[in-house]
Amino acid sequence: MSTTTSAPGAAPQRRLVEMAWDPVTRIIGNLGIYTKIDFDNREVAECKSTSSLFRGYSVFMRGKDPRDAHFITSRICGICGDNHATCSVYAQNMAYGIAMPPLAEWIYNLGEAAEYMFDHSIFQDNLVFVDYCEKLVKQTNPSLLARAERTPAPHANVHGFRTIADIMRAFDPFTGSFYREALQMSRLTREMFCLMEGRHVHPSTLYPGGTGTVATPQVFTDYLTRLVQFIDFVKKLVPVNDDMFDFFYEALPGYEHVGERRILLGCWGSFQNPDVCDYKYETMSSWGRAMYVTPGIVVDGKLLTTDLVDINLGIRILLGNSYYDDWQNEEVFVAKDPLGNPIDQRHPWNQTTIPRPQKRKLDGGPYSWVMSPRWYDRTSGAHLALDTGGGPLARLWSTALANLVHTPFVRATGNSVVIHLPKTKSSGEMELVWRVPQRANTLERNRARAYFVAYAAAMALYFVDKALERVHQGDVKVFEPFEVPDEGIGCGFHEAVRGVLSHHLVIRDGKIANYHPYPPTPWNASPRDIYGTPGPYEDAVQGMPLFEENGPEDFKGIDIMRTVRSFDPCLPCGVHMYVGGGRVIEERHAPMFGAAHAAPDAPDAPDAPEEK
Amino acid sequence: MNQDKPIEEVHILWISEGMSCDGDTVSMTAAGQPSIEDVVLGLIPGIPKVHLHNKVLAAETGEDFVRPFRHAARGELGPFVLVIEGSIPNERINGEGHWSSFGVDLETGEPITLNEWIDQLAPRAWAVVAVGTCATYGGIHAMAGNPTGCMGLADYLGWDFRSQADLPIVNVPGCPIQPDNFMETLLWLLQMATGRAPMIPLDDRLRPTWLFGKTVHEGCDRAGYYEQADFAVDYNSPRCQVKIGCWGPVVSCNVPKRGWMAGVGGCPNVGGVCIGCTMPGFPDRFMPFMDQPPGAMMSSKLVATYGKFIRTMRSITARTLDKEPKWHHNGPALTTGYDPRGPRSLVGDKYAPYGGNSGKEARR
Repeated sequence: MSTTTSAPGAAPQRRLVEMAWDPVTRIIGNLGIYTKIDFDNREVAECKSTSSLFRGYSVFMRGKDPRDAHFITSRICGICGDNHATCSVYAQNMAYGIAMPPLAEWIYNLGEAAEYMFDHSIFQDNLVFVDYCEKLVKQTNPSLLARAERTPAPHANVHGFRTIADIMRAFDPFTGSFYREALQMSRLTREMFCLMEGRHVHPSTLYPGGTGTVATPQVFTDYLTRLVQFIDFVKKLVPVNDDMFDFFYEALPGYEHVGERRILLGCWGSFQNPDVCDYKYETMSSWGRAMYVTPGIVVDGKLLTTDLVDINLGIRILLGNSYYDDWQNEEVFVAKDPLGNPIDQRHPWNQTTIPRPQKRKLDGGPYSWVMSPRWYDRTSGAHLALDTGGGPLARLWSTALANLVHTPFVRATGNSVVIHLPKTKSSGEMELVWRVPQRANTLERNRARAYFVAYAAAMALYFVDKALERVHQGDVKVFEPFEVPDEGIGCGFHEAVRGVLSHHLVIRDGKIANYHPYPPTPWNASPRDIYGTPGPYEDAVQGMPLFEENGPEDFKGIDIMRTVRSFDPCLPCGVHMYVGGGRVIEERHAPMFGAAHAAPDAPDAPDAPEEK
Repeated sequence: MNQDKPIEEVHILWISEGMSCDGDTVSMTAAGQPSIEDVVLGLIPGIPKVHLHNKVLAAETGEDFVRPFRHAARGELGPFVLVIEGSIPNERINGEGHWSSFGVDLETGEPITLNEWIDQLAPRAWAVVAVGTCATYGGIHAMAGNPTGCMGLADYLGWDFRSQADLPIVNVPGCPIQPDNFMETLLWLLQMATGRAPMIPLDDRLRPTWLFGKTVHEGCDRAGYYEQADFAVDYNSPRCQVKIGCWGPVVSCNVPKRGWMAGVGGCPNVGGVCIGCTMPGFPDRFMPFMDQPPGAMMSSKLVATYGKFIRTMRSITARTLDKEPKWHHNGPALTTGYDPRGPRSLVGDKYAPYGGNSGKEARR
């Protein structure tokens, strides 16, 4: 089926072919990618993404006991539920006016570090890397595979794979040796997680005020021995990643522009420092800067802020083409923060979620269950479409530039992060250096993920030391009793595995009056907002060059899939994206299915929710 | 059973597009007894060759991934086990909209709802498995006040549903599933397929009896403290947690005994109160989670002398918790008590500390 559509503008004609992948697999949740491809110029001209799931957490949490919030919000995500539970505990601590005993903080940090180790490595090795495995590369880029066969792996002496093609084979699903070892490692790290937080993926032992984990020496010994085994694996993982991505840069000149977008990175910080953190909003700037992953916003390679209060005040939730009613004229829950700063009506504290299900209209009407989180930059007046770089890229970038983390095993330098790993069964000590890259693109998002696994493992060595120091002194207190106030507000900031996570809570009458979690995926995959600013995926995919050797008939879309997966999409958190513009005349050809969607007449027009 | 000869090859069609978090799929990858790769690679004796179609683990993407599901819906695939993850939304209450979908219609380009897939696939499936508490009984997304009217698979298909192999729906609850509980259930079904195992034993809530036939309390290593009436008063303690929120005495689950994975972790055994996440009444009948369950006071006082009486009282409580709330249904109206602006019992100056208003004025 083919149709032609004309749009405003006088750009030269392009022949575009419609291509769709729905659902995108090897991610968490349900994502569909709809593109228009210019095969003559090997470029993606247009991209829409859809996710069609609404569950209504913010709706059904109203009126519930606030102490239930972390149990409930954990269920938002089936791979990083504990990040939600932890963030909710942080927000509750603030609302209840309590700090956790130091040992409890170390236990949380150890649990969350294990989560990063588990989640990043299963995602990288068992989901992302399948896009780089022999089975797929053979289908999409046979000549690249031939070259990989001839290319020796630079770190062969460390990881044992002689050529790049040997690495590719090691990641074939289920049969590849590294694939299977990684699955096994994902179990080891989950056992470490369970030692601290009880169960994976929805923890059992977290409570506001602390944890129920019994702080015996054995718990930490069991963790440490597994950690050392895992570090042995990390020492192979990082060079394997470096070899693969460096090969892509070398073999496919121009690959650095795949998935590239302007450097607009957000990180909300991770791993509290109990010496500083008191969960008071008034002191949040200082305890935020004491975190062992530094919160920050990086724009065009410059660190804009590391202040969690600044970060909090700038959050805005804009509506795009979403199935919701606006809340501009709804209730104001928080007019001023505890420091007296005004809180915008579009801030999560003041959001009222009113779902309005209706027919999907990909041609300019509502088609999304997701809104568009943005960060309002007071200095420029812009609503910045920050992304998380899949999590690790923003975390490492912010931490490196801020130069505030100086621990025995992990050290920021101002332009890099140095990670020191101890001797393990198959190798001696190893120092890894992650350097701030030139661009934010698909390969650097992926590379950062491997380095952050090492970062989390090395930080965990420090956390075990700090925890055992307490236990050895006989301090095993892990919980601080509290009262739920009749009214209060709280906010929690954390890093979910795939990036920024915030929870905003308002208590009235001792019950939840408002609760809005903002996980990474709405940031990364948001649609155009009311100002016409596209979301990060849209930026990254639109105009992207293609290197796949197949034509339209057997096109797999591998470069697009690599880009989407580099952000570590996690759709239960909700996502939608839409890219408009760029084309004048298009020829419709739908190889995947027989239908085509009409094109928007004015793709640059601001999106306005349409009601039934 | 409608089965003449052993099945040599079987497909597992796993749809996680219910109202889910994909946590059961993720949890399944944690299992070691058996592991998913052992099953897929045929390393466990006595089971058919398994073709797994699961979104999180699939190499294929897009239409390549959906194709076997379409074949199955047309009756063109060999025998398959349908695994449903996530609660089933009520798609009768939202006009032309949808709450959840999986793939698109090849003719119209419209999203295909989960419900349409279930209607097509369940009657053709050799066996149907509901994985996790959302799919089994509605779970967290079916909480009071929810907007989607969602429910469990048996509420949707009917509790008397029978598959091609004349099996009821097999429910493996847990939020998420204990990894090995699920894989062991799957293994039993695969052994049934080759004629090596008898009919899977299920209770009246369709749970495998050997996994869910005992209470949390009966397998908990803190039960000894209970016996001595030695109770924790806050979460700093290794003693019995029934006074600080644990529902273990009346919840059907083997986690404290089995651990979470490889014997590590769990719930009350490692300091996490049992919140009843395997139960049909979860979460509503267990909230607020951190309060002492009603009845715990009496039973914990009487424990020393009235064991038999307590067992009777507990069985009454357990029967209540084994029921889903009445708003889990596929009727044409939403009855969850949904109110996006409520509840709001207070107005006026009380919100002065944060400068808020009640919203009444703002909306006017």
